[in-house]
Amino acid sequence: MTTRRQVLTTTAGLAGAIWLRPASASAEELAAAIAAFAAGAPVRAGRVTLDVAPLVENGNVVPITVTVQSPMSAADHVKAIAIFNERNPQRDVAVFGLGPRAGRATVSTRIRLATSQQLVAVAKMNDGSCWTHTVDVIVTLAACVES
Amino acid sequence: MARTLITMPKTAKRGELIEIRTLIAHPMETGYRHADDGSVQPRNLIRRLTCRYFDGRDDVEVFSAELFPAIAANPYVSFFTVATASGSLRFSWQGDNGFAQTESVELTVT
Repeated sequence: MTTRRQVLTTTAGLAGAIWLRPASASAEELAAAIAAFAAGAPVRAGRVTLDVAPLVENGNVVPITVTVQSPMSAADHVKAIAIFNERNPQRDVAVFGLGPRAGRATVSTRIRLATSQQLVAVAKMNDGSCWTHTVDVIVTLAACVES
Repeated sequence: MARTLITMPKTAKRGELIEIRTLIAHPMETGYRHADDGSVQPRNLIRRLTCRYFDGRDDVEVFSAELFPAIAANPYVSFFTVATASGSLRFSWQGDNGFAQTESVELTVT
């Protein structure tokens, strides 16, 4: 026999599962996207600075700057910088290819943000190591990436 | 032809770090938006930007960018490069529907 308590706990659990799924699914996708970019190398925090305003008024145009601490010499340089987001329709934002001829590992662009979310910058060095910086951004006016 | 804006110094000392700022007029339609009648706006993106530095001897790709729908309309990208010798920097954008544009800027290195 099903008791009132059982019914209540299962429905509460189900509602919780449904409510939580979109957020955790996108976080998993984000982790998968970073892992795919790292191609098996361990991803550590540090060396990278993702500069973006913590409170964004207009999600259609969000200026961002990524700087990586690197001498950018032939022996030690940044090969690529990737930017990922958590809750846009697609996890990728941009992938920049650099080399010793870049001189300085600093890249700026303007992006769209559909909602308040996490942004992650990942830098891949020539020795294969990967470094990241994660930033939380609050968006007041969302970009119309999806209507 | 889309309008482009490339800002960089005309002259530089050998070994100097120069900042290059590029902008191109393009809607960067994501393919996720709907028109007023409910139909999906077809995706129309610039997918790639490359910068090649030709200094009279070598033609080297000094920078590349892969762009996704999350890049704002009229894509702006800025980056750095080292001025090695006098020559030209060739910027090329490639995108959906056969979009391709190339611009060249001269750089004098002293």
